Amino acid sequence: MTSLASLRDKTAIVGLGQTPFTRGTDLTTLGLHLEAAHEAIADAGLTPADIDGVMPNELAGTIAEDFILELGLPNLAFSSTIRTGGASFVSAIQSAALAVAAGVATNVLLVAGRRGYSAQRVSKTSEGAIAPHPVMRQIDEFERPFGNTVAAQWFAQAARRHMHEYGTTSEDFGHIAVAVRGHANLNPRALMHEKTMTLEQHQASPFISDPLRLFDCSLESDGATALVITSAERAKDAPKAGVPILGVGEGHGDPPTSITQKRDLTRIEGLERAAERAYAMAGLGPDEIDCAQIYDGFTWIVLASLEACGFCAPGEGGGFVRDGRIALGGALPVNTSGGLLSEGHCSGANLVSEAVRQLRREVEPARQVPDCERVLVTGEGDFHEGAALILGDAR
Amino acid sequence: MTPPDETPPRPTIPKTEISQGFWDAVAEGRLAIQRCAACGLLRHYPQLRCPACHAPDSDWQTVSGRGHVHSYTVSHRAFHPAWKDQVPYVIATIELEEGVRMVCDLLDADPETIAIGQAVEVRFEDLPGQGPVPRFEVINGRDRG
Repeated sequence: MTSLASLRDKTAIVGLGQTPFTRGTDLTTLGLHLEAAHEAIADAGLTPADIDGVMPNELAGTIAEDFILELGLPNLAFSSTIRTGGASFVSAIQSAALAVAAGVATNVLLVAGRRGYSAQRVSKTSEGAIAPHPVMRQIDEFERPFGNTVAAQWFAQAARRHMHEYGTTSEDFGHIAVAVRGHANLNPRALMHEKTMTLEQHQASPFISDPLRLFDCSLESDGATALVITSAERAKDAPKAGVPILGVGEGHGDPPTSITQKRDLTRIEGLERAAERAYAMAGLGPDEIDCAQIYDGFTWIVLASLEACGFCAPGEGGGFVRDGRIALGGALPVNTSGGLLSEGHCSGANLVSEAVRQLRREVEPARQVPDCERVLVTGEGDFHEGAALILGDAR
Repeated sequence: MTPPDETPPRPTIPKTEISQGFWDAVAEGRLAIQRCAACGLLRHYPQLRCPACHAPDSDWQTVSGRGHVHSYTVSHRAFHPAWKDQVPYVIATIELEEGVRMVCDLLDADPETIAIGQAVEVRFEDLPGQGPVPRFEVINGRDRG
């Protein structure tokens, strides 16, 4: 039997680096990564020579050798890349924690982010938009030739099925978009900092692929985020208080192929399984989470993820997100930076950075969740694969 | 109407070795689904081994071609230029009577009235750039012209 609790609180995030989120950049993807990496390493009080583990992100297409060469890493001992699309970054934190806890590596660097606006726009390209992937081979053969081409169409069908089974509405999706936009309006880093959104404006935004409207879709942005993970013991020597990794888990869908093939389109089963493991590792339950940073590639994913993480029962997400419950000041503030919908889409990594900043008390006072001690972060990718992370109070 | 020669062809199909039986049947005007030779489980998309009984051998079972819409989306943008004259158009996940699911655009379906549960049936077409492919049409659906 496994003993998940043995990994609880053994490792911590001690370094955070992030480029601005932009629509347009002069840097290459690797150039963005290096900027974020140097900032994270300095934030941890380290130099590149201290980094002996690196986890490049699948969606960026970078590899360990890029970082050895460009950062001048003298003796890399551990490298690995997780291939679950948008869930990869959170899932990689599990591998980094394992490598550190096992003593294979001392300081692991994780970097993610793309030129999602300048080079690889998921809305414009029907093929080769992101790094090639085995599951995509099936979609390339049996779905794209028949018109099911982009993510908005794939997730729209999951959302439609959820509406059919549970009576979920487009307005429910709107409540999510409006709540996280309100958070972005308080966040100077957010691409949508200056743009407000009302429910009426959400409902008036054009359909991209019904039931998903323009304002149900996340942003296409350029940027990168980097973390340094080390042991809880060494974190005590870091210049800033370490953010402890209390629980982390990954999970996979059934089957792990296209959304259209899922046993149940309405459930993100990979995330259900990931969250169950993360809660078990942390010894915590959904009631003990102070705020949540939920992967929001599309609004519907937030609704289904809240169900998957046990904040409400399957089918009840539509009711849960109403009445300000997920806004700052509500019972469960969600995506307090604006998330992928309104801050920027850094391959999901900016949800982790927001959790770190909340727990370090580094956000603007208006965005700070009071008494924030436990934050859940989720990843979703490759069609209902999932990853969940529970971070604790910085100390 | 746009002359056919002005509509870009639909994406070519990167057929894989493992799916050969599926495409061979389509060329003969049949819809055939991979079936485990040991336990009989039908599976789509094709894969090497049975996920239930782990047997390596499989054959191809001709199926009815009848099914219903399990879910759908009405796309308001052409995400590939081949659909530029079709906006808005329906993309559906079809569940066959035999239980497996396939994906197809339903160009004869009315985006205003398409619904989960709508009955559909396969037909075969030879399309520029794609060759013989299975398509689905709604049964008793309104013809959009």
